[in-house]
Amino acid sequence: MERIHQNLPALIVVLPLCMGLITSIIGRRGLGWWLAMGTASAVLAMAVQLLVNVLESGTLTVTYQMGSWPAPFGIVYVVDPLNAGVLTIVALIGAIVTLYARKSIASEMDPRRLHFFYALWLFCMTGLLGITITGDAFNLYVLLEISSLSTYTLVALGRQRNRRALTAAINYLVLGSIGATFYLLGIAYLYMVTGSLNIADIQHILATKVFPTWGTDAPMYRTTVYVGFALMAVGLSLKLALFPLHGWLPNAYTYAPSSVSALLASTATKVGAYAFIRVIFTLVGTGFAYRMLHTDVVLMVSAGAAILVGSWMAFRQTSLKKLLAYSSIGQIGYITLGFALGNVNGLTASIIHLFNHALTKGGMFMALGVVAYRLGNTRLQDVQGLGRKLPFTMAAFTAGGLGLIGVPLTAGFVSKWYLVTACIEAGRYEMAAIVLVGSLIALLYVWKVVEAIYFGKRPENVPGVKEAPLTMLVPTLLLAGASIYFGIDASTSARVATAAAHFLLGVTP
Amino acid sequence: MTPEMTILLAIGVPLLGSVLIAMSDRVPNLREAFTLLTAVATFGLVASLYPLVIAGGQPRVELLTVIPGVPLSFKVEPLGMVYALVATLLWMPNSLYSIGYMRGNNEKHQTRFYICFPLAIASAIGIAFAENLFTMFVFYETLTLSTFPLVTHKGNTDAVRSGRVYLGILLTTSVCFQLLAVLWIAALHNGGAVSSLNFTHGGIFREGLASGAVSPAIFGLLFFLYIYGIGKAALMPVHRWLPAAMVAPTPVSAFLHAVAVVKAGVFCVIKVTVYVFGVDLLQSQGRGDWLIYVAGTTILAASLIALFQDNLKKRLAYSTISQLSYVVLGVALFTPLGIMAATFHIVAHAFGKITLFFAAGSVYTAAHKTQVSQLDGIGRRMPWTMGAFAIGTLSMIGVPPVVGMASKWLLINGVVEAWSIPDGHFAEVFALVVILFSTLLNAGYFLPIVYRAFFKPLSDSDRAHPHGEAPWPIVTALTFTAALTLFFFFWNKPAYELAELVRRAVG
Amino acid sequence: MQVVLDHYNYWVCVILMMIGFYGVIAKTNLIKKALSLSLFQTGVLVFYISIGKVEGGTGPVLDPRNPEAVYSNPLPHALMLTAIVVGVATLSVAMAIIVNIRERYGTIDERDIEDIENQAQE
Repeated sequence: MERIHQNLPALIVVLPLCMGLITSIIGRRGLGWWLAMGTASAVLAMAVQLLVNVLESGTLTVTYQMGSWPAPFGIVYVVDPLNAGVLTIVALIGAIVTLYARKSIASEMDPRRLHFFYALWLFCMTGLLGITITGDAFNLYVLLEISSLSTYTLVALGRQRNRRALTAAINYLVLGSIGATFYLLGIAYLYMVTGSLNIADIQHILATKVFPTWGTDAPMYRTTVYVGFALMAVGLSLKLALFPLHGWLPNAYTYAPSSVSALLASTATKVGAYAFIRVIFTLVGTGFAYRMLHTDVVLMVSAGAAILVGSWMAFRQTSLKKLLAYSSIGQIGYITLGFALGNVNGLTASIIHLFNHALTKGGMFMALGVVAYRLGNTRLQDVQGLGRKLPFTMAAFTAGGLGLIGVPLTAGFVSKWYLVTACIEAGRYEMAAIVLVGSLIALLYVWKVVEAIYFGKRPENVPGVKEAPLTMLVPTLLLAGASIYFGIDASTSARVATAAAHFLLGVTP
Repeated sequence: MTPEMTILLAIGVPLLGSVLIAMSDRVPNLREAFTLLTAVATFGLVASLYPLVIAGGQPRVELLTVIPGVPLSFKVEPLGMVYALVATLLWMPNSLYSIGYMRGNNEKHQTRFYICFPLAIASAIGIAFAENLFTMFVFYETLTLSTFPLVTHKGNTDAVRSGRVYLGILLTTSVCFQLLAVLWIAALHNGGAVSSLNFTHGGIFREGLASGAVSPAIFGLLFFLYIYGIGKAALMPVHRWLPAAMVAPTPVSAFLHAVAVVKAGVFCVIKVTVYVFGVDLLQSQGRGDWLIYVAGTTILAASLIALFQDNLKKRLAYSTISQLSYVVLGVALFTPLGIMAATFHIVAHAFGKITLFFAAGSVYTAAHKTQVSQLDGIGRRMPWTMGAFAIGTLSMIGVPPVVGMASKWLLINGVVEAWSIPDGHFAEVFALVVILFSTLLNAGYFLPIVYRAFFKPLSDSDRAHPHGEAPWPIVTALTFTAALTLFFFFWNKPAYELAELVRRAVG
Repeated sequence: MQVVLDHYNYWVCVILMMIGFYGVIAKTNLIKKALSLSLFQTGVLVFYISIGKVEGGTGPVLDPRNPEAVYSNPLPHALMLTAIVVGVATLSVAMAIIVNIRERYGTIDERDIEDIENQAQE
């Protein structure tokens, strides 16, 4: 037990990786789901344990040396309040969506190949968890590619329902690879300057040896660091689907199988945002990124545009999955805006919104998955009058919708509270206004659907619809319920987010 | 039972009630029994706090911490007590009336209808007892959302469209203005410029303004954001939602106009003026002077519009808009007596207006008439209904011996008090002119209805369709509220004492 | 001219990457697109390998006879082994998807696919 405890940071990545392999070999005849479910549950337990460990440790960090090689020579896994929180999000959503996936995916693809799906599913989780936990910049790239490659394939699995999944996947693949390659090139530049790949080490060398020379007559490597950071920022923005680099996202979310959409929407972009936060706040530091390079202004412009354009595009959709996908682009804007502000409340807003939005959007995508499962389609006309047929599922969808608007007592409101306060504290009144206008546009697109659900007329001559099977309904309600719960009592999520924000900014609360 | 318990129960009991109502879906009689029981229990709980509040007690209780540092907490003070008492008292006849109306008209989805009422009442009590800006905002929003299914109850295109207007205006104003103000104050609070997020005697900006941490311009802007963020007060130009909500069944209209929703609006206006911005600060800074003109214009404009409405409920809706602005006018005087008048008028208007709506619904149920022009001679067929209507009318106009007179009297006293403050007196003259003219207009759009009902002969087509009074729950309910309107003129001690306490808190 | 020659390894990398990038954007044939993507990645590989080179350095095998020897940095090269694997995996996933697209659409040209979808919608 003690050994497991010590090796938790490695196990949380290695376990799904190994289980993925095993699943692809022996996971036939329904065993695949059991393996995936068992792994996901174990990962969740480990993530929670890590979070507790970190919050209770005095230094707020747990470092794990792979093969006992110390940094900067070996790869280290570092857990601090920020990524422990993100790990928990990924593991929690992963476990819940795995439970949901069983029935959902079985109706969407060839049942004889389901074990490959679960193998890919576990690889995707491996990648996401790995990106989050690693303290090594190159290792991050590798894990990014592991998650991305499995994601491309998972998206393409939507082909049975709609062949556009294939074009969406190839589009995502091309853009995702370009993003990852940019990131890789960026590391090369920083490596040229520092000779290190360890994030903490790079940060240390930059802060002690490189940046101090910039004020003098002989600035060292100024252009190199500029270019390196710029390349990494662009690469990660692509992964994060930050406006205007969001082109791959709507189709990928729309045509992927339901469970994949739910997983991606609530974890993949979140991890992208995490990596971006890590690069800005830990790797190069805000002193460089914001005060010297004014990246914050660029990010704020992008975020503002994302909020307005994303939400507006969402309003114009009639395909509900696409509507949610565009709404995600807007929500990514909120997350980005939070860390672009750079103050404690902004960062807290960003981190807490990672969590809140994961719950909200995950629940909504799962509710739509139920609609797809029962009706085969998720257009606006398909949900007309469904409020009476699928009362629980539609209630979950509506709860999520209220969260997107940011109605009080939903998780979305808590995020908005921190975000707008942070905007005002930073003197960015225009951004505060954009956030509030964004909520109103969210009201428009959510209400469009809610009206259809509750006031629409079911078309004539359609067969009756039954409520979702329990294994799909329970996870959906679980996430929707959580999105309400964390709006009523946000003390836990806010505590973790605030601790992470304080930690990143080096402020003692 | 401790007062703290009572506060939580006053919010908890309606919530429990709605659960019980939902569970007794199949047994209408049991369901209605739960509705009435919940109404009585809730009123009992709120009323049991009254002696304590009159004695100067202000019990507070914290429910839970939503965001660290920002709890969902409640504190009972006289002003909130007024609103809570009015809402829960009138909810009893309103429930009785709903039962008669819904059964009499064979409305669909009755369970959903009855579930939403207690939710809305719980929200109203939450607003009334809110201790801080956050709690008030939360319950303000839940009140909007829980009344939305009521407004769109009919579910047809018209109802959906009106529901859009209702939700659109109320949420837009509250999110864009009120939430912004709340968060702005929270940001100021984080920076130490504002003493507290709680409602505080004399307002929370005193130190900030004195030390210069809050500029007067921001103070004024926040006041503006708050006044227009409270869309439920239906100040022009954000009043459109109220006439739109007229598509709802009449018990809902009565609920919106007299029991909970618009009252929540003007209550919030008074509450933030007194306990957030501070009456004397607003008076001395001069940053709220515009309000008296907006309120006055709203009174006159809404009355003029009401004059030309043939639809009875629409006419009543515009009358409500103008009456609400009386409350705001009282606030805008920024004097203790003005605040007292405003507080008292919440009560007075509630009694009169609920009676009027009950009568309108009664006419619809018994005779299926919605237009003023159809009401010729109806008073002889429905004497109770139209008699109650007449009493409500007198209260709106402000004629003794009904309660409307008392609040108008207080309002004029408030204007006189404002006169003693040395400034141009222009605003006071304006206020007096508005009160005078609007009284005439009120008479102009209400008295013809009473005249028609009692003194004009029945039309020929009406003669062919005989009908009597509405079902007994409706008649009982409207008789009760009409009696209250009369009775309250002679015995308004509780409301007067509470309003007096509010006045003292201000002065 | 001196600038170009001094940084000649960078220029190779930049040229490779830009050829690849151009292909990714401009080509409508999906296979060509995937190959261009591969080329784009190869540019980065070349870049990494070239930055590991130390002037006058030899292969990083410890030579006891020559204690003064300067070694090239082996780390970037090792990294690129991983990156090559990633590149191959990406290319193969891309090819697998393209094969599927060919089966379902009968074409691998983006414009044709777009036309087919537009017609299907009408």
